[in-house]
Amino acid sequence: MADLTPGSISRTTGTDLVKRGLADMLKGGVIMDVVDAAQAKIAEDAGAVAVMALERVPSDIRRDGGVARMSDPEMIQGIQEVVSIPVMAKARIGHIAEAQILQALRVDYIDESEVLTPADEAHHIDKWAFDVPFVCGATNLGEALRRISEGACMIRSKGEAGTGNVVEAVRHLRSILGDIRKITTADQAELFDWAKRLQAPLPLVQEIAETGTLPVPMFCAGGIATPADASLVMQLGAQAVFVGSGIFKSSDPTLMAKAIVEATANYLDPDILAKVSRGLGDAMPGLEIGTLETKLSERGW
Amino acid sequence: MALPRIGVLALQGAVDLHVHALERLGVETVEVRRAEDLARVDGLVLPGGESSTISKLLVINELFEPLAERLNEGMPAFGTCAGMIMLASEILDGHDDQLSFGAIDISVRRNAFGRQIDSFETDLSVIGLPESPVHAVFIRAPVVERVGPEVEILAAVEEGQPVACRQGNVLVTSFHPELSPDLRLHELFIKGMAG
Repeated sequence: MADLTPGSISRTTGTDLVKRGLADMLKGGVIMDVVDAAQAKIAEDAGAVAVMALERVPSDIRRDGGVARMSDPEMIQGIQEVVSIPVMAKARIGHIAEAQILQALRVDYIDESEVLTPADEAHHIDKWAFDVPFVCGATNLGEALRRISEGACMIRSKGEAGTGNVVEAVRHLRSILGDIRKITTADQAELFDWAKRLQAPLPLVQEIAETGTLPVPMFCAGGIATPADASLVMQLGAQAVFVGSGIFKSSDPTLMAKAIVEATANYLDPDILAKVSRGLGDAMPGLEIGTLETKLSERGW
Repeated sequence: MALPRIGVLALQGAVDLHVHALERLGVETVEVRRAEDLARVDGLVLPGGESSTISKLLVINELFEPLAERLNEGMPAFGTCAGMIMLASEILDGHDDQLSFGAIDISVRRNAFGRQIDSFETDLSVIGLPESPVHAVFIRAPVVERVGPEVEILAAVEEGQPVACRQGNVLVTSFHPELSPDLRLHELFIKGMAG
């Protein structure tokens, strides 16, 4: 080791590359909602790439009503102690202080989430101001690009959380990825119009025209309840999946968690999908979107 | 000599970034998910991702045994971050049932630098790449705590902890060359494939 000159003393943390890089490492994986340390352990044992710590899964938030807030730090720390995979947690839209608390707790990713009750009706969090990376939901490309311009390092479809109904997530994915495909064939003059229509910064629209992808990883969330749902959204172009109520509201969470992990990794292989979909018991009860009193996906702008 | 055909283990993680880096070097790549894919490649890149997840998927996809066999027979391999953990002979702070191939005689500690907020970028001097330092991105990165006598240390962070090692045609890094445009480590791997 004598001839090794030490690396530069300067170590830079909290950079874009470092923040987006963790999202890259989660690709092809499943991020599971968990409400306590025991569930977190089940998720890790099943092969989750990360867990999302929250007080109640979305279907319970939907049922209970009232104001949904950031989780108790004690619960988040309890989960950090039992698992070695990344731990994410949710802050309310626009709630800077909740995000600061989550950063102080050293969570690995903050989800500025419409599943919680928004704290600010006009402003999302300035995510550039944080060293911890943020993931944000989006229903369309304009929303995704506005979140990226605020510093989000990962985008997920919003879907309609807590319903076990994948239709909204599919709509959002198709909308975002479909518009990206259209932009790649647009000429310069049309890009100005795209930026205007999407209400998104022109440089980001131009970047998409050149690269054909979002500048940050694009995951899917909201309503995934079965291994087949996970395969569907991966085939549509999601790079990883978030599963909320779908695991711990099913009749056999351990089995369902493993099956969704296997299905996400092997989303193009119908033989494996058939094998892992067998004998899982009941998936979470689903809800028809048209009957909902509150659409969580309409929160945020 | 024809360029080798290189597989990228495609069970989970930053598979696309490695494929992209290899394609930029003009190498034919194969995404390896099953034993049939493995049979078609001359060498394998094990990407960054979640090592405990990839370990489970190796077993589920019946890939662990065939891959262990290929590595035993001397197939060249390049592991970054989680990939380094999987190629190591010993994992410290691993998941209870986490497997590794022992293709390089090192002990690796998972998440050795801390949580995501401690993830960092730095410039590293790498032996064999004298022109300029390598810009290295460390994400919840592992570190090498013990190296066997056959192992060559190619780079270390300030504390003297090795973060890039080589044993024969097996190359490992704690950091992610696939996240930077600098392709020299991928080139180093390809050059070293001949042994």
